[in-house]
Amino acid sequence: MKKEGKNSQPRLYELRGNCLVIYITQDLDHHAVVGLREYSDRLIESGNIKHIIFDFAHVDFMDSSGIGLIMGRYKKVMFLGGKAAVTNVGEVVNRIFGLSGLYQIIEKYDTVDEAVEGLQKKHREGVKQS
Amino acid sequence: MKLIIESISENESFARTVVAAYITRLDPTLEELADVKTAVSEAVTNSIIHGYNKTRGEIEIECSISGREVDIKVTDRGVGIEDIEKAMEPLYTTKPEWERSGMGFAFMEAFMDKLEVVSEVGKGTCVSMKKWIGKEQEGNIL
Repeated sequence: MKKEGKNSQPRLYELRGNCLVIYITQDLDHHAVVGLREYSDRLIESGNIKHIIFDFAHVDFMDSSGIGLIMGRYKKVMFLGGKAAVTNVGEVVNRIFGLSGLYQIIEKYDTVDEAVEGLQKKHREGVKQS
Repeated sequence: MKLIIESISENESFARTVVAAYITRLDPTLEELADVKTAVSEAVTNSIIHGYNKTRGEIEIECSISGREVDIKVTDRGVGIEDIEKAMEPLYTTKPEWERSGMGFAFMEAFMDKLEVVSEVGKGTCVSMKKWIGKEQEGNIL
């Protein structure tokens, strides 16, 4: 667990192959997004990352600020040839994602394991095709 | 109920939580509660980011309940909105560099039953929202 900044809550991340998994542990509003954006970008830029997965298992609330966060990171990994996914999305957050149209560009998986497998598999297939 | 908060992002969760607690007497469903919390969060965030931008000011959140209807007004004395119609267009944002999604008003509209925005440049903005709590339960009885 790493502590970032004096006011922010501890956040967790994990590297699974070329997937960066960010475990969000707080309500995803504008206040939370400001810290998380910088945090995730630093990890993305630290290298060897292709895909990003945001885990929502501990998120009970999200507003449109969260959409901006995911979209922004999606654009970053897209330039690296990667994809973005969300996992363990509860009902409240799911409605926001659905309404925003975000599922047209990012993928939803039940668990982090499935997301890691899914993203890497798709990527391998993509490489074969091209 | 009237709540006056300083325009700092730490107060976003405080504001929506207070409003959620205020309306519990209507016994809302979890979905209705989430709807109201999201709408309040959007309005307050707008006041902080757009209304006051980098300056500080006060945001007033006024709530009242009449019957099963909740009335929420979020008012700031910030810069105001030049073109309300444009501001309310989905995906339109004046702050793309901050990764604002431009969905704030769209969410307020989607999650509440009525939304009205009054604004004057240089004076501030008042977002007025109404929601009828208990539609679902009524539907079930019928």
